[in-house]
Amino acid sequence: MKINYDARGLAEPDARAPEVATIDGEGNDRRAVFDAADLSTRQINLELRRLVYDEDIADVTILNPGAKHSIAVGILARCAITIDGSLGYFGCGLIDGPEIRIKGRVGWSVAENMMSGVVVIDKNAGSLAGAALRGGDLVVRRDVGARTGIDQKGGTIIVGGDAGMMTGFMLQRGRQIICGNVGGGLGDSMYDGVIYVGGKITSLGVDCVEAEPTDSDDEFLDRKLGIYGLERPAAFRKFVCGRKLWNYDNLEPAERKLVL
Amino acid sequence: MCGIAGIIHRDGTGDIGSELTRMLQSMKHRGPDSSGFALYGPASDMLVMRIKLADPNDARDVGWADRMERHRNEIEARLAKLGAVIDAVHGDQEYSYRVRFSYTGELKPLADYVEDVPGSEVLSLGHSLEIVKDLSDAESVAERYRLKGFTGTHAIGHVRMATESDVDISGAHPYWAYPFSDIAVVHNGQLTNYHMWRRRLERIGHRFQSECDSEIIAVYLAQKMADGLTLETAMKQSLDELDGVFTYLAVTADALGMAKDEMAAKPLVLYESDDLVALASEEVAIRAVIGHEIDTYDPYERQVLVWRR
Repeated sequence: MKINYDARGLAEPDARAPEVATIDGEGNDRRAVFDAADLSTRQINLELRRLVYDEDIADVTILNPGAKHSIAVGILARCAITIDGSLGYFGCGLIDGPEIRIKGRVGWSVAENMMSGVVVIDKNAGSLAGAALRGGDLVVRRDVGARTGIDQKGGTIIVGGDAGMMTGFMLQRGRQIICGNVGGGLGDSMYDGVIYVGGKITSLGVDCVEAEPTDSDDEFLDRKLGIYGLERPAAFRKFVCGRKLWNYDNLEPAERKLVL
Repeated sequence: MCGIAGIIHRDGTGDIGSELTRMLQSMKHRGPDSSGFALYGPASDMLVMRIKLADPNDARDVGWADRMERHRNEIEARLAKLGAVIDAVHGDQEYSYRVRFSYTGELKPLADYVEDVPGSEVLSLGHSLEIVKDLSDAESVAERYRLKGFTGTHAIGHVRMATESDVDISGAHPYWAYPFSDIAVVHNGQLTNYHMWRRRLERIGHRFQSECDSEIIAVYLAQKMADGLTLETAMKQSLDELDGVFTYLAVTADALGMAKDEMAAKPLVLYESDDLVALASEEVAIRAVIGHEIDTYDPYERQVLVWRR
């Protein structure tokens, strides 16, 4: 039986791309702009996909996103997307390729599981920014919430302002650059990867230890901050995994026996 | 999941009924089970009591309407017996009433005496606080209770996705801090030391109408304030004394506050300007009342903020 209504108003099974975008320019320089004020999440995403995939336009601007959720997710093509406003939760998740600039702020879980590409947010981001990030650069010019880059497996997260608690929680690979202060439990249970912090640290998480920065760290920080025009703080401290949790120790004989 | 929202006009008043309706309706997807409003109208010397006589999903057997009528009369008689002079009684639903009266005695005996009538529950009691809550989404509740055009200073609201207790009015937020006048709370999250606090508060004589964990926050805060703490200090203490995950909003006659637990597990987005503060679980709710482009931010873990009028 076909379900043709949704009491919660979330899914629109029969939605079509509204085809409201204005397209300017010729050939490879074509640009598209559309106003999302009166469109639903699904209509916005369908329109974006139509422009990027069907019309083959590599430069799309979305006006008035109105902090809606799940905008610009799952885009798997090289293109430039400008979002002229703020996004709600789960914005730009599951993407592979695009360069996205958000002129406002984003809610929780921005760029979740990004494979490659660039997401630049001009204002703040909520918690869980770059959760399970696999590649690419996620840049937040101002502050982020808690658990930034939880379970990150690659790529780089750059924060111009402060970060909340449990930043880099369960970080597996990749890098985080936090120019401001960070909350408690920094790098808790991280497996690998590197966190650079320019400001004050409330407390370190389990198995997160400080390391001596090398010249290549310096070069990396200069390069990345230079690309996005962020001011470099006076000094960066470097944090890595202490590798104590990699193996069971003698105080956990039962667990050890179970695994081995 | 659940969604919470709050709005406070720093000076002057606004159509908080419509504003909160728009905020809550835009978060309908966070909780379609019930919607609730705690609104602060102009303060008066009289008390306003919002009561329910039954739950809307109770079976309406033969004699239901008569029973509602009888119970309402009984409540009016009991109020009169305690020396309250009733000014107006108004019912938007057969099972839900607003009573305005003058009364100078203690509130606890009055609330207890009213709640002794079978099925009835005092939803709110105060000089300016009015709590309206019912099943279904915010638009429908606001329409049924004619909340659009409700002018006031500040308000909090809640859309509920029931997880810990039944879908009924008793389980709906906001919660009034029985028996303290003009204090209410909405909560997003779960409390894990609920039973401990409930027993503790019951020992000092408070009653709980629901099985909902959120109900204790209001009473907890009000009791602390009755013991001499400010709202802000009471909320700060709650960060250590309440276990679980929570973001909650608390309101009194002249203040609105927010508190976030130490795990920052539940979202809250905040918008602050010179004349207005609006907070909600999602930014879409804030944008539902503010037309122009705005800057918002997420409060951090263990943060307590209070705005006073």
